[in-house]
Formats: sequence, structure tokens, C-alpha cells
Amino acid sequence: MNNVLNIAYWIPLLPLIGFLINGLGRKHLSKTATGIIGSGVILGAFVLSIWVFLEVKGGNTHDAHYFDFISVGDLKIPFSFKIDQLSSLFLLIITGVGFLIHVYSTAYMHEEKSEHFSRYFAYLNLFVFSMLLLVMGGNFVIMFIGWEGVGLCSYLLIGFWFKNQEYNKAANKAFIMNRIGDLAFLIAIFWIIAKVGSVNYTDVFSAAGLAKLKAADVVIITILLFVGATGKSAQIPLYTWLPDAMAGPTPVSALIHAATMVTAGIYMIARCNVLYSLDAAEITRNIIAYTGLATALLAASIALKQNDIKKVLAYSTVSQLGFMFLALGCGAYTAAVFHVMTHAFFKALLFLGSGSVIHAMGGDQDIRNMGGLSKKLKITYITFLIGCIAIAGIPPFSGFFSKDAILLSAYLKSPVLYGIALFAALLTAFYMFRLLFLTFTGKFRGTHDQEHHLHESPAAMTIPLIILAVLSVIGGFVGIPAVFAEGGDKLGAFLSPVIAAAHGEAHHVTHSTEYMLMGLSTALVLIMIVFAWFRFRNYQRSEATGLGKVLENKWYVDELYDKIFVQPLHRFGGFLKNIIENKVVDGMVNAVGKGVNYGSRQLRLLQSGQVGNYVLLMVLGIIVLLAIQFFIRK
Amino acid sequence: MPINYYILLSVALFCIGIVGVLTRRNAIIIFMCIELMLNAVNLLLVAFSKMHHLKAAATNAAATAGSDGQLFVFFIMVVAAAEVSVGLAIIVMMYRNIHSVDINFLNRLKH
Repeated sequence: MNNVLNIAYWIPLLPLIGFLINGLGRKHLSKTATGIIGSGVILGAFVLSIWVFLEVKGGNTHDAHYFDFISVGDLKIPFSFKIDQLSSLFLLIITGVGFLIHVYSTAYMHEEKSEHFSRYFAYLNLFVFSMLLLVMGGNFVIMFIGWEGVGLCSYLLIGFWFKNQEYNKAANKAFIMNRIGDLAFLIAIFWIIAKVGSVNYTDVFSAAGLAKLKAADVVIITILLFVGATGKSAQIPLYTWLPDAMAGPTPVSALIHAATMVTAGIYMIARCNVLYSLDAAEITRNIIAYTGLATALLAASIALKQNDIKKVLAYSTVSQLGFMFLALGCGAYTAAVFHVMTHAFFKALLFLGSGSVIHAMGGDQDIRNMGGLSKKLKITYITFLIGCIAIAGIPPFSGFFSKDAILLSAYLKSPVLYGIALFAALLTAFYMFRLLFLTFTGKFRGTHDQEHHLHESPAAMTIPLIILAVLSVIGGFVGIPAVFAEGGDKLGAFLSPVIAAAHGEAHHVTHSTEYMLMGLSTALVLIMIVFAWFRFRNYQRSEATGLGKVLENKWYVDELYDKIFVQPLHRFGGFLKNIIENKVVDGMVNAVGKGVNYGSRQLRLLQSGQVGNYVLLMVLGIIVLLAIQFFIRK
Repeated sequence: MPINYYILLSVALFCIGIVGVLTRRNAIIIFMCIELMLNAVNLLLVAFSKMHHLKAAATNAAATAGSDGQLFVFFIMVVAAAEVSVGLAIIVMMYRNIHSVDINFLNRLKH
């Protein structure tokens, strides 16, 4: 098999090389060189990924074993890559969208100092490298390495402007929240090692491997893995880091939200779909579905009242991730992966578009200060509009197909789930178009200086926007449901070798029901958009009251966490510091010091200078020695 | 004559020496008490040596048995003589310096 799959290791290696060059040479490289290296390595990885993808599409999958990473007793953990349908698809998304974001960054970050510019690209490359390692890894441990690397890079990039203390706090928050999930992931890996004796996907997911797991083990492992995923993919209860992660530069937000990081949880569960499809994991599937649904609804409701352009998008990401988990919980793994893909397109587009807006506004992110930008930022406006339509789910844009697949899977599980999910989808349409109208239509509400400064972004920023906009339009055509065209679900067919026959994904619904569901959601979404138009066409500032205020303050979840977890921990820390450290530990140390001091002061008196005393002591000493001789050494 | 008497005498002499060293303040008397202790030990060595010799003779062993104890006595005497010369010299120097041989005046050793 002498083909590209044998050199697939270059896909993660290239960004790593880029990271090393940019990281080590950050004081010597010019901005142009950094930009070319940083983007070039990702482009190289992207080209290789396309090649690998075509090879996999031709039916060749590949398990590459490079060397033994850890070898203890019977346990062997190889450093291996697994290149199959699922990972090759993720490779495309990560490197493709990642490349566009890199190109965009060369323009967006151009005002940074040369050294920081290189540092930024080094982190970005490392981020892509970690994510590639995560999806290419052939066992849970390699995935975990990438998993941790992604967490680290998100920390570095969120806190990129490290002189701002608030940004550092946001970075810490992201890191700590992720660590909570990572711990669960780690325990799940240990559990798998203890029960199966191997961490390789092929061993664990084989019939022999699954036979070693009792029902209780399956439940525990799947739940622990899911907890890990909630940390990385920002689900209740660990979602609060993601909106704060907006502290980083805007392209980083795009990277975190679209290509890397948050999709890791989805990938992990899709990768473990064999485990999640077991009958024993029924309870886990329900937990995932309801968590996803609750997250989708909660985040969508918060997004309704946010005034920071990036915060709205952040909550919409949380909400969309909730949809993906809903699909996973319903057993519709293909739908979830499909939504990851389309979401990567339109969310990257929206974030980069918002970056363009922020760029034009001179750093202002408050949509209450914007308005009427469509006249000055035509390309940004049109691409942003496309992104909004895609995320709202209007046919034939990409978001429609993936969201429809998820809603259908929810409907098959229970019509109540469908109803709530549809409601969340309507909220999505509403807040996205609120954002669009507030930003781009009406009158400009900012200062005079800002109005004067408004300008379209350079080509390095608009071209990625246009490419992403095109992808957002056509990206859905790989997964056309069977009602429109028999065999239109190319993505499902492509992924079928790695996705277990899902529960309930077989189409029990008649075509008429499916048409009805689609028509219903589309009609309601259109109504929502019109409603948003009338509501926000001529926006006037007003103080939020009642429920609106609660939403504006994000349901006070941050405050709640602060009360429940942070403050008790602070108090516990204070107790340790004031009582344990200051009193007990310091007390012991000081007691030893004081004791020696006192003892020596007393012993000093023996040195009297009187010959008689010395002689007496000498005699006493001899007597003691004799006594020892007689009574003890016998 | 049983060995016990020699032992008791030696112990008595030794104890007198110790008590003398501990209680007297005159350096020369302390010095003499030290000599007393040394000679108590000498006496004991000679006594044991004799006893050993008699026991060996009774069993027709070598005629020199037990003589090593007496050799020790000579060593001790030689060392004691050397010690006396040094010690007396110290006492003479002490008298020259502080015009007394009372050791309680000799309390500046710690400085």
C-alpha cells in the first residue's frame, strides 16, 4: 500500500514544524515570513488532507503504528494513527477552515508587534497540530495528548493579550473548566485500561473488547467520556468558559468555535459510537440528549439579550453544540458530524465577519453602537447575511440540512424533544437576525470618529469570508435527505463504515411527515426573522427589565458558580492559609527553632569555667558509662 | 590471703581519691588524690597478677603467667611520673600567675 496514507503523519507534523519555526524564531522573523510559514504549513496539511480524504473515499483506511509510546507489563500503548472516514472528514474541516482563519489572521493581527505576531502564529499552529493529533490518534491516549494540547493552546490564545488581567482570568477559567472535564476523560481511560486492557480503538470497539465490559462499566465509561466532552465542547454544566473565551483575538474565537476545540467532544463521542450504541448505554444516551437540549435552550435564551457581537456568537455556538449533543444522544451520529461540518463553515464565517466588523469599528464590540454598516462593509454584510441564513436553517443553505437531520432524529426519539429543539432553533433564528439587523441596518449609533473610520477590510480578510460563505451555501448538499433525492445523503453513506447502525436513525417516518416537519420549521423560522425585522429595524436603547435582565446577566449562572464553588474554595483556601499554614505548620517550624534556642541557652550554663564542675561531670559521665556497661550491654 | 581484701583496699583507696578530687580545692591535694587513684589501680593489678600466677603454678603452666599485669604497673608508673612533672609545672605556673593554688580562683577557663 504505497500511497499517501503512509505519509499521513506529515499532516500533524507540518503544523508542528510551523510552530517550532515561528515559536523559536519569533524575534527574527518578519511578519510576512511568519504569515507565509504559519499559513503555508496549514495549507500543506490541507492539501495532504484532501489527498488522504480521496484515498479514504476510495475505500482505503489505514491504521498506522509508529512506535510504542508506553509499554508497562501487559499494557502496550502504541503511538498510532487511525485514518478512516471519520478522522479524514475532520482533517478536512480542521485544516481547511483552519487555513482560511490563518490567512485571515495575517491581516487581522497585522497591528501587533512582530514578536507577538510570530507568537500568535506559533500558538495557532500548535493549536491545529493538537487538534490533528486528537482526531488522528489511533487510541484514547493519543487522543488525550491532543485533547490536552488543545486545552493548553486555548489557554494561551485566550490570554494572548496577557497584559489585560480580565483576559488572563478568562484564560484561567477556560483552562480550569476544561481540566474538570479532562479529569473525567482520564478516569474513563483508566477504566477502559482496567477492564479491556488496551486503549486502541480497534481493540476496545471489537466484539471481544466489548464483551469484557459489563453493563455497569459501559454506563460509567460512557458517562465519564461524556463529562469530558461537556468540558471541551461547552455543555451544561461546564459551558461558562466559552463565552469568556471571547477575550482572545477574534480569529482565535473562530478557530476555537469552528475548526478546533469545541468539536473535540463531538468527535470523541462519534468515535466511541460503538460504546454509546450499546443497549446498556441507553441511560447515557438520554443524559446526553437532555443535556444537549437544555444547553441549546439555555444558551439560545441568553444569546437573545447579549449586546457584545462576539458574545452572541459564542452563545450561539454553545447552543449549536447542544444541538449536536442532542443528535448524539438520539443516536444520530452522522447528523451530529454533519452539523459539525456545516457549523464549522457558517460559524467560522460569522466570527470572521464579526472580526471584520470589529476591525472597522476600531475595536468596539457593542452592537448597540453599530447600525447601518451594510453601506460601508458590503462584502462583510453579504457574507454575514449568508452565515445568518445558514445558521437559522433556511433551505437550501447548509444549516438547514444538518439542523433538519438533528430535528428529525429528535422527532424520532420523542415529539416533545422535537418541540423543544424546534423552539431553540427558532430562538437561534431570532437572535442571529437581531444581531444582523442591529449591526448592519438602521442608522449608525456610534461616535462620529467611528463613523468616519468605517471601511471594508483588506482582501486577506474578505477572501476567506467569501470562500466560507460559498461553503456555507453549498456545504449542506453532501447530506440531502432521502425525501428529496434517493442516495442524496452522501455523507451518511461515506461515514457508514465507522458509524454503528444507529438506534432510531432508520427512517420510520413517512415522507409526508418529513415534509411537514421541514415545512413547519422553515415557516416558523421565516416568521421569526420577520418578527426580528420589525422589532429591531429601528432599534432604540432601552434598559432591560424582568426576564430580559435575567437573560442579559446569563441567568446569573456565573454568579451561582461563584457562590457555590468559587467562594467556598476561596474560604477553604483562606482556612488553609490562616489556620493550617500560619498556625499549625509555621507553629511547628517555629517551635523547633525556639526549642533549640531555649535548650542551648540552658545547656550553655554547664560551661561554668569552674574546674570542680568539670571534674564532677567527668566522674558522673564515667559512672554512667560503667552503668551502661553493666546493665545494658550484658 | 584471699583476693577480696586487696580488692576492698583498692576500692577504698580509689574512692578516697575520687572524693578528694571532687571535694578539695587545693590543686596539689587534688593532684595527690589522682596519684592515689592511680596507685589503687596499680595495687589491684599487682594483686590480680599474683593470683593469676599462683593459679597457673598449681596447674604446672608457664612460669611467666600473670606477669603482664605487673608490666602494666610499670607502664602506669612511668606515665604517672611524666604526668606529675607536667602537672606540677602547671601548678607552679598557676601559683606564679594568681598567687594561689585554689582551683576556685581558676574560673576563667571558659574565656
